[in-house]
Amino acid sequence: MQSNRPLGLPRMIAGVIGVVVVVGAAAGFAVAWRPAIAAIELPAPSSFDPALVKRGRELAAIGNCNDCHTVKGGGSFAGGLPVQTPFGTIYSSNITPDVQTGIGRWPEEAFRRAMRSGVNRDGQHLYPTFPYDHFTNVSDEDDAALYAFLMTRPPVDAPPRANRLSFPLDQRFVIAGWKLLFLRRGLYQPDSTRSAEWNRGAYLGEGLAHCGACHTPRNGLGAERSNAQFAGGDVDNWQAFALNKQSPAPVPWDAEALYVYLRQGFHPDHGTARGPMAEVVSNLSSVNESDVRAIAIYMADVFGAPSIDDRKRGEAVLAQARSPAPLTLDSNVNAAGASIYAAACATCHETGRALPYGGVNLALSTALSSPDPRNAINIVLSGIRPVEGERSPIMPGFAASMNDGQIATLLQFLRDRFSNQPPWSGVEKMVADARQSQPVLLQTSSGSHDAPRESMRREKR
Amino acid sequence: MNASVIDRRRVLAGGGALIVSFSMTSAYAADQPAPAAPPPKLPGSLKDAPFLDAWIRIDADGAITAFTGKAELGQGFKTAFQQIAAEEMDVPFASLTVITADTGRTANEGYTSGSHSMQDSGTAIQNAAAQARALLVAEAARRFEVPEESLHTENGAVISFDGRRIGYGELVAGDLLHVQAQPTSKLKDPATFKVMGQPVPRLDIPAKVTGGAAYVQDMRLPGMVHARIVRPPSYGAQLTACDISATVKMPGVVKVVRDGNFLAVVAQKEFQAVKAMRVLSAAAQWKETASLPKQDDLLRVLTRLPSQDTTIFQHNDPSAVGAKTIEATYTRPYQSHGSIGPSCAVAQSTDGVMTVWTHTQGVYPDRQGIAEMLRVPLQRVRLIHVEGSGCYGHNGADDAAADAALIARAMPGVPVRVQWMRDQEHGWEPYGPAMVTKLKASLDANGAIADWNFEVWSNTHSMRPGGAGSMLAAQHMAQPFAVPDPKPLPLPEGGGDRNAIPIYTFPNAHVVHHFIPAMPLRISAMRALGAYHNVFSIESFMDELAHAAEADPVEFRLKHLADSRGRDVINKAAEGFGWRKQQKAPQGRGYGFAFARYKNLAAYCAIATEIEINSETGQPRLVRAVAAVDSGQAVNPDGLKNQVEGAIVQSMSWTLFESVTFDDTRITSIDWQTYPIARFNSVPDRIDVHIINRPGLPFLGSGETGQGPAAASIANAIANATGKRLRNLPLTRRRIKDAIDA
Amino acid sequence: MMTLKVNGRDHQIESDPDTPLLYVLRDEIKLNAAKFGCGLGQCGACTVIVDGKAVLSCVTPLLLLEGKQVTTLEGLGTIEAPAPIQRAFIEEQAAQCGYCIAGMMMRAQALLQRNSRPTDEQIRAELEPNLCRCGTHMRILRAVHRAARLMETADASSTIDGSVR
Repeated sequence: MQSNRPLGLPRMIAGVIGVVVVVGAAAGFAVAWRPAIAAIELPAPSSFDPALVKRGRELAAIGNCNDCHTVKGGGSFAGGLPVQTPFGTIYSSNITPDVQTGIGRWPEEAFRRAMRSGVNRDGQHLYPTFPYDHFTNVSDEDDAALYAFLMTRPPVDAPPRANRLSFPLDQRFVIAGWKLLFLRRGLYQPDSTRSAEWNRGAYLGEGLAHCGACHTPRNGLGAERSNAQFAGGDVDNWQAFALNKQSPAPVPWDAEALYVYLRQGFHPDHGTARGPMAEVVSNLSSVNESDVRAIAIYMADVFGAPSIDDRKRGEAVLAQARSPAPLTLDSNVNAAGASIYAAACATCHETGRALPYGGVNLALSTALSSPDPRNAINIVLSGIRPVEGERSPIMPGFAASMNDGQIATLLQFLRDRFSNQPPWSGVEKMVADARQSQPVLLQTSSGSHDAPRESMRREKR
Repeated sequence: MNASVIDRRRVLAGGGALIVSFSMTSAYAADQPAPAAPPPKLPGSLKDAPFLDAWIRIDADGAITAFTGKAELGQGFKTAFQQIAAEEMDVPFASLTVITADTGRTANEGYTSGSHSMQDSGTAIQNAAAQARALLVAEAARRFEVPEESLHTENGAVISFDGRRIGYGELVAGDLLHVQAQPTSKLKDPATFKVMGQPVPRLDIPAKVTGGAAYVQDMRLPGMVHARIVRPPSYGAQLTACDISATVKMPGVVKVVRDGNFLAVVAQKEFQAVKAMRVLSAAAQWKETASLPKQDDLLRVLTRLPSQDTTIFQHNDPSAVGAKTIEATYTRPYQSHGSIGPSCAVAQSTDGVMTVWTHTQGVYPDRQGIAEMLRVPLQRVRLIHVEGSGCYGHNGADDAAADAALIARAMPGVPVRVQWMRDQEHGWEPYGPAMVTKLKASLDANGAIADWNFEVWSNTHSMRPGGAGSMLAAQHMAQPFAVPDPKPLPLPEGGGDRNAIPIYTFPNAHVVHHFIPAMPLRISAMRALGAYHNVFSIESFMDELAHAAEADPVEFRLKHLADSRGRDVINKAAEGFGWRKQQKAPQGRGYGFAFARYKNLAAYCAIATEIEINSETGQPRLVRAVAAVDSGQAVNPDGLKNQVEGAIVQSMSWTLFESVTFDDTRITSIDWQTYPIARFNSVPDRIDVHIINRPGLPFLGSGETGQGPAAASIANAIANATGKRLRNLPLTRRRIKDAIDA
Repeated sequence: MMTLKVNGRDHQIESDPDTPLLYVLRDEIKLNAAKFGCGLGQCGACTVIVDGKAVLSCVTPLLLLEGKQVTTLEGLGTIEAPAPIQRAFIEEQAAQCGYCIAGMMMRAQALLQRNSRPTDEQIRAELEPNLCRCGTHMRILRAVHRAARLMETADASSTIDGSVR
């Protein structure tokens, strides 16, 4: 899912038209045309090796496939998730083995071609909402496992919904031009100077897990900017934080923290995954822990070792979070914001109850230290909804009880009190926008993670 | 007319004379055993409170009041009692009033529990009303000087064949109803019922949907103050230090009460009390001990604790020989009552008498506990039941009552309202006990069960007050009361062994109850007690056996069941569901069936369910449920349906989602994040409840009859959908997913 | 001291500005319907309507309510003259203990005010923040559907005779 949201960038309008004009003609049929691959009879589920299917299940979770290809209340992998873009709406496809509406008649070769080069069995180009720019590096073995997994799912009769795009973007040959410019094919090449774990993490993180699809900014043509890898991106009106040196996290990330966060959905020094990331960690909770650890090791390297200053600041923030200074309302310039915080937020965020069921101490909040307030706005507006029937954090949303001005006042207070960053500007307008945008709800999965236990806390706060 | 009668009248009239006349009240209602019980047993609770005027009062103006010692807990039986009394008294439904549990006014009917209210109190009211009407008719016959047979009753009056009419109020002069009940009554012919058997709308609902004062939480007495408790962080924690100086300086704070490990703060306004509680809580220092067992290993924990083992059922027929044997072990975690409203009580100490308004299920036993805790005679304590949020058993209600009394003692004259916080209710309520069952059975060559072995490990299922030691406040005082020794609840109703004896007929059967006295977690009665897990186990295992015998689950049950009313509910539920022999559910779905007679002596209930399982996530969803219930004479069919619908949804929540969690020291399921229950997303598309009415047959309690069958039916449907049998409650998404993936 | 408009009436409130609306309603204005359930925004028992939207009064401090209109269940109708949603809950007998019901009704009322004919799915999604422990859910759903029909009838009749809805 993450990868398609960059299409939402307004600047793409100009960009894609540019593609049509400049590249479209040059690309021509030679690039655009791909042969259809002959349909097959639906293979019996029993024809797949159960071990391969099991491996495929984990890989699909690492690839976060269900997130895009399942709608709430719909069949798993049956597609139909609408993605709003300035050009229209693109719907995810049905990847269950239904012979009429899914991929039931696709041979493995067609599946692999789709993963490698974004072309369907009929030979049509697929919109890069499907992140084949990452999947292109997935190995033959892993593609085979994914194929085996998907072909053994219950088939769901769910006809694909027609994309609603305006001319010329509804012409799929346009995509060929985009690919010519941005699709770099090739399998992952291990770096022999690095550990096997690092290489495994790089293979997954750059490939199937497609982290950069969200966390790397896009250029005017909607492609990831190779010179700004992991510098932060946009997803569904959420900000995917920078995962490199520019990370706004108050406490620097390391491999262990990343592992814990990706595995259980929260980390005491960083908070709880929410927004589109909630689904990612939900999936990662079910896979082989060595793969999650490998991704964490690789991504920690992407973050890079923190500078001495960053480390010191992190330690200071942690100390502050452990014994927060008492809130004094009268001495504060933003008394209104402080009052709202004290009355509406502090009862959970300053109880000292451990994550994920106690609110994170906001000094640790990346959202408040980030240059972009949208994540903080989103979370204040909508809160965190319970996962049905499972132990999961709940935060009430304040969309109905606070107006835009009150939320802006609160956020400016939080920014001032809990980060060392300059005030945000235009917050009130962004709150109004966030109310309007109504992002697609991504809570398709049932659980964020295994019921997390609260850590044992015996000490008095 | 003697003196005690005058006082009794003053009592019944309510008002200022109440306290003076306490001992008189007790004389007929509470503490003394019924004078030399007549040889035939009196019906229902009349056997404990045999005077008719303990149940029915008629004023000179004709106003009629029915009294029950039971507490309305949201089941709606107050309305049902009114229907019963109106029917047997032959008065319009709306002309009656029903007064519920109050140690100053009503009979001692012990606890409102075990689906007993209709059986005990309903039966008593029905017979008392019928006998009262007979006395009125006899009195009218005397006055009219005509034979009784020539009279009939209508609309609160006795009418003679020649049209003379005399109102009940005019007839009751003197001591007419202060007489002992007779063992048998001339009850109305069910065919002539006007109001019984009708879906009369509940009396309490209009106030509840318009913001009327309906709950103890809504009480506001003049001058009332608000208290909050600071409970220890874990069982057995000792308060080592507590600097109250910051707390007492806070706005509105009027008192900090400390008595040993009991710590509370009182303030003028409610939110002032909440804020003061937070500050006081932060100031309190506790020494904790790690005493809790391993949450993930309850099977081993429970089966290794010392137990008292009793064979509670044994039947042998050596001629029946098994050919194929299967066995299975089922477990249930600790589970919470999970009332939506945390417990609350109001207490006021006036002129040496402590009055407590409480949503306890047992005003008399609770009074005993509070009197003992305060070290005062029983007559110095009065408990009045006021509805609270639904409790489903022994939740924090009694503890909150004791809290309120202990604080009110320190503030004579001032009404004190204690409101527990969410984490206190979740962390301190006595849970439904964890249980283990082991089953083993053999099928003969014809696919019939030849032998059946059932063992259950469990704590008691009632640690309700009586003594002070059952209440937290009394346990936490500087001079604490010890927790009383637990006792197994006696059969035939039983506790941990409730419904452990199979209702089916097996040639060989052996049932053992392993009663575990040690209680690692605080436990007590929760709706259906042991029947929830025992029925879950038996009815799951019946399906496993049916599967092994390649038989249809419904047919397999009928093959082993002689009880004709049981067979009727099974057939009715199967028919209502559209159950067809060996039919296959659509892909991703499963059908389940289960049946039980609650306690083997109360209502019959069979439930068929359809479940949908998401094969990727394991997420279960109850699609529909069809129940059939026989609770004897149905007094209010809609109320009965409401109870059974609720039982199915609640049991679904227990069964799919719920377990109390803890680490080695503390309870960690302390709110709705950590103790998730069903929300609207999980609620089925539809629930149908079919009632098999039995006019004229005794009332059978039905408030708990659905819990066990719903659980087993859901488990059986999951097994049907996935081909995997889950035996450890709750049957969570994760467990289902793991079973599918295995 | 601040002025709070509840059920169309102005109230002078003495409580501190950080006091959650729930306590102001129950303790100071002496209204019963909004209930304390968790104080954490997890159960919905305290739901009231603020400026047309369902709000959890236990996590809404007084200071956010300057100039806003608060409506509680008491403001919809009375036992003598029940509002459509109250009639609907009575007619469906949609309560057991009833403790959650006021919150359920207020959230449903807010939904019906912006969507007069919600689907079953929409009602379920809307009521998801509110917990019921007695298992009265099926009746609550029926009652909300009935309330929608009653409101429609009330609207229709108000256009005929011009009287109140």
